[in-house]
Amino acid sequence: MSEPILELNGLGKTFEADGNRVVALSDVSLTFARGGCHAIVGESGSGKTTLANLVLGLMAPTAGEMRFNSVALPGDRGKGHRRAIQLVQQNPLSALNPRRTIGASVRLPLDVHEIGTSSGRAARVAELLQEVGLEPDYAQRSPRGLSGGQRQRVAIARALACEPELIVLDEPTSALDVLVQARVLKLLERLRVEHGLTYLFITHDLAVVRAIATTVSVFQRGRLVESGPVEALFAAPQADYTRQLIGAVPVVTEEEARLRDAIRAGAPMPAAGPGA
Amino acid sequence: MAAPSAPAGGNKPRSKALAAFFGNPLSVLGLAIVTVIVLLSVFADWLTPYPEHVGPIGDFAAMNMPPDETYRLGTDTMGRDLFTRIVYGYQLSLIMAVVVLSIATPVGVVVGLVAGYKGGWIDYALMRITDIFLAVPPLVLAMAIMGFLQPTLMNGMLAITAMWWPWYARLIYNVTRAEAQEGYVLAAETVGASTAHILFREILPNCWPSILTKMTLDIGFVILMASSLSFLGLGVQPPTPDLGSMVAEGAKYMPDAWWLSVWPAIAILIVVLGFNLVGDGLREAFEAES
Repeated sequence: MSEPILELNGLGKTFEADGNRVVALSDVSLTFARGGCHAIVGESGSGKTTLANLVLGLMAPTAGEMRFNSVALPGDRGKGHRRAIQLVQQNPLSALNPRRTIGASVRLPLDVHEIGTSSGRAARVAELLQEVGLEPDYAQRSPRGLSGGQRQRVAIARALACEPELIVLDEPTSALDVLVQARVLKLLERLRVEHGLTYLFITHDLAVVRAIATTVSVFQRGRLVESGPVEALFAAPQADYTRQLIGAVPVVTEEEARLRDAIRAGAPMPAAGPGA
Repeated sequence: MAAPSAPAGGNKPRSKALAAFFGNPLSVLGLAIVTVIVLLSVFADWLTPYPEHVGPIGDFAAMNMPPDETYRLGTDTMGRDLFTRIVYGYQLSLIMAVVVLSIATPVGVVVGLVAGYKGGWIDYALMRITDIFLAVPPLVLAMAIMGFLQPTLMNGMLAITAMWWPWYARLIYNVTRAEAQEGYVLAAETVGASTAHILFREILPNCWPSILTKMTLDIGFVILMASSLSFLGLGVQPPTPDLGSMVAEGAKYMPDAWWLSVWPAIAILIVVLGFNLVGDGLREAFEAES
């Protein structure tokens, strides 16, 4: 494993409002290697979105610390950290401003971080669009006419414009249909390799995890349940909860049903393809 | 779960909006009314038969004439052509509406944007100030200001502006609160965009439909409010032609010289109706667009 890009040490987040205490995340210690695709899985309310928000600096932790490239991440992020850690959101329909052109949305990070000359930025936008598989003339279009998959590609181009090191992918394909989902995953995988990116891939879809992730961390009610390389964890889930989670994946074929039953019984998983 | 991934096709949102507006006969009627009134007001010096009647002096040989071939809408107590005075009344009303809205709208919009996006104590402070203004009945507030100051055109506009901006603050506050939840605002935050950029370049463009619709409707209402003030004697003073004071003046001669107040009253009705129809049409058009 290469050197860590992000380390979480005893990270915790507790929300307090009107005397109610909600522990969203508690005592999470994890290390993410540079260049990997690290899946964070768990059901709703498991704290995975809170973790994303903490990493992005959208909220401050109430316990522990985060280190990015071995330097502690401040609660109030400077422009450098903002640029280095990017986000691709779940809902591509709301992630693009309906009243700004695709080009303006992709260009925003270039203007904010003063990347390139102002005349060179239009060319860079065209380049970025091509990189995510869109024609450069999309720059003049409104997001309204685009499909969910196309919008998600634009959102990826925008994140890429920052030339980030780490991208938090918050269920980036869960709002897309299966075929589009596969293409977007393939695109993300290619970009990760080409740009040496690190992904924090938040999802509840274990099929996606098997398809794209290198490591996986399982969360339940704000706590880290289990963490490890994907193959190892799927083949021999240690925690009961992980077994339940894998067992809860909907199955279609009889073979998949047998696999699931084997996992539920706690038997090691036969090496199988991601099944899509 | 799965969002529809089919593209909307070649149907541009703008052409959809235009089709919705012009497909509604009432919107077209409103637009026609507004166009005629605006053209009459702008070119009043050329389009009115007696532009000299805008002052205090008319034709004393033809006072209180009922509508006839010379004076299509009749003349007033000074022998001035009513049609001419109504057109100049429109001119003044439109100027007032434009001045009031061009001050009230930006003030209200900025207050609403900042309060809605920033939240916390800024939200609390700004919106409570807004509520205080909203709590006072508009006409009473305007009367208080006008009674305290001199009843002049300038003070009239000041009074109406003071009571008008909170409505924009309220409206834009609510729009902003909703828009701030949208993913594109989060995206702008995560790429490190400034608050000014997020407020004015990201959120504000999404407020335009609400702002434009409200402004169009409000032109009519500002004219109505200004007329109400001058009807009560608190607005524009004679001899400046003003629709409200013409109605008030003419009411003394009802029903014998009915034309003195009936025509200006109908004129107010028409202009308010016209701007309302356009405003409703715009609202429908913006709804069709999204």
